[in-house]
Amino acid sequence: MNDLKKIALGSALAIGAGLGLAGGASADPDEDQLIINGEIEIITEAPAPEHLRDRIDTIYSGWRFRSDETQAIQTDDFTNPAMIAVEAAAEVWETPDGAAGKSCASCHGAVEDGMKGVRAVYPKWNEKAGEVRTLEMQINACRTEHMQAEPWKYDGNDMVNMTALIASVSRGMPVNVAIDGPARETWEWGRELYYTRTGQLELSCASCHELNYGRMIRADHLSQGQINGFPTYRLKNAKLNSVHSRFKGCVRDTRAATYPVGSPEFVALELYVASRGNGLSVEGPSVRN
Amino acid sequence: MAAGVKPRVKVPKSASAGEVITIKTLINHPMESGQRKDSNGNIIPRSIINRFTCDFNGQNVIDITLEPAISTNPYFEFDAKVPEAGEFKFTWYDDDGSVYEETSKIKVG
Repeated sequence: MNDLKKIALGSALAIGAGLGLAGGASADPDEDQLIINGEIEIITEAPAPEHLRDRIDTIYSGWRFRSDETQAIQTDDFTNPAMIAVEAAAEVWETPDGAAGKSCASCHGAVEDGMKGVRAVYPKWNEKAGEVRTLEMQINACRTEHMQAEPWKYDGNDMVNMTALIASVSRGMPVNVAIDGPARETWEWGRELYYTRTGQLELSCASCHELNYGRMIRADHLSQGQINGFPTYRLKNAKLNSVHSRFKGCVRDTRAATYPVGSPEFVALELYVASRGNGLSVEGPSVRN
Repeated sequence: MAAGVKPRVKVPKSASAGEVITIKTLINHPMESGQRKDSNGNIIPRSIINRFTCDFNGQNVIDITLEPAISTNPYFEFDAKVPEAGEFKFTWYDDDGSVYEETSKIKVG
């Protein structure tokens, strides 16, 4: 894989040099394939889920919109800086915390077994609580109810590291969040938020990520805004970023006052955006610029 | 001061005599540049890894000086020729005086 990648990089450079400046205009998703550690095959392109068919034919992971150099970092866990956070969370997973003297492992066992497939179906309706819960909300529910420990800050380091660990054991499995049944109402709210223009620039999520993906927004290459790769290690801030932090950054960039991380609005939006990626592989923790 | 610093290396377990292999190394470290200020306006003191070396059976392979502009969690990838079986020794030097070491054995044949 590594050798193939090097060859691909070489030819891309050669073509780029041949075309000179003209090469810069084309910005659609590339044709590269993502295989992590030479064994985990990631689906980065899939037919759009049913509910999206009238708007988009094909969904793409954000990985396909990044440069070859950025893409390469994610192909090996050794070079993926997010795996440092995953390692740290693996220790926390085993460490008891709170008055009940329990660790995550006390109930869930080994993370590879207990959490396999979990990332793929969140956000998810919780019958007992009567609400749609994100992975972060469920982790804090575990901490306060079962471990009798302090909840973590929604987008703090402890939390984002743990979500990276939990996502990492589901890599390669297709995202499959439920949008029918009791979650439907939240999903519809999320869809409404997705198409609502906000801020002085009057941009909705769709303005960039549905109508203009593949194009350049100043120096950045717009993806479809898929969240299958979260949490995401961004080279620009050299740390893991949660879905809600990213939402906040996007809404801020429309020059609007944003919803807070963990707010009901962002939970609904997360469910809706996740459902737009049903069929892509869980990829987190991914690497982006 | 940097806490929880952990070096990691990726070296093939074996090679043929004279083969050129690729070595990858990573150390988690904040690499505080000394240029930033905290919320009170005070300069956060510089704290970086300032030197990285790799030796094979006592012979130096690579010796790198790191500067404050290098990002957090410095990663190095380089090639080395393996003339015989032996041991790679990797050393990172921290501004705070800490020295982090890691070794990796390689077989020939």
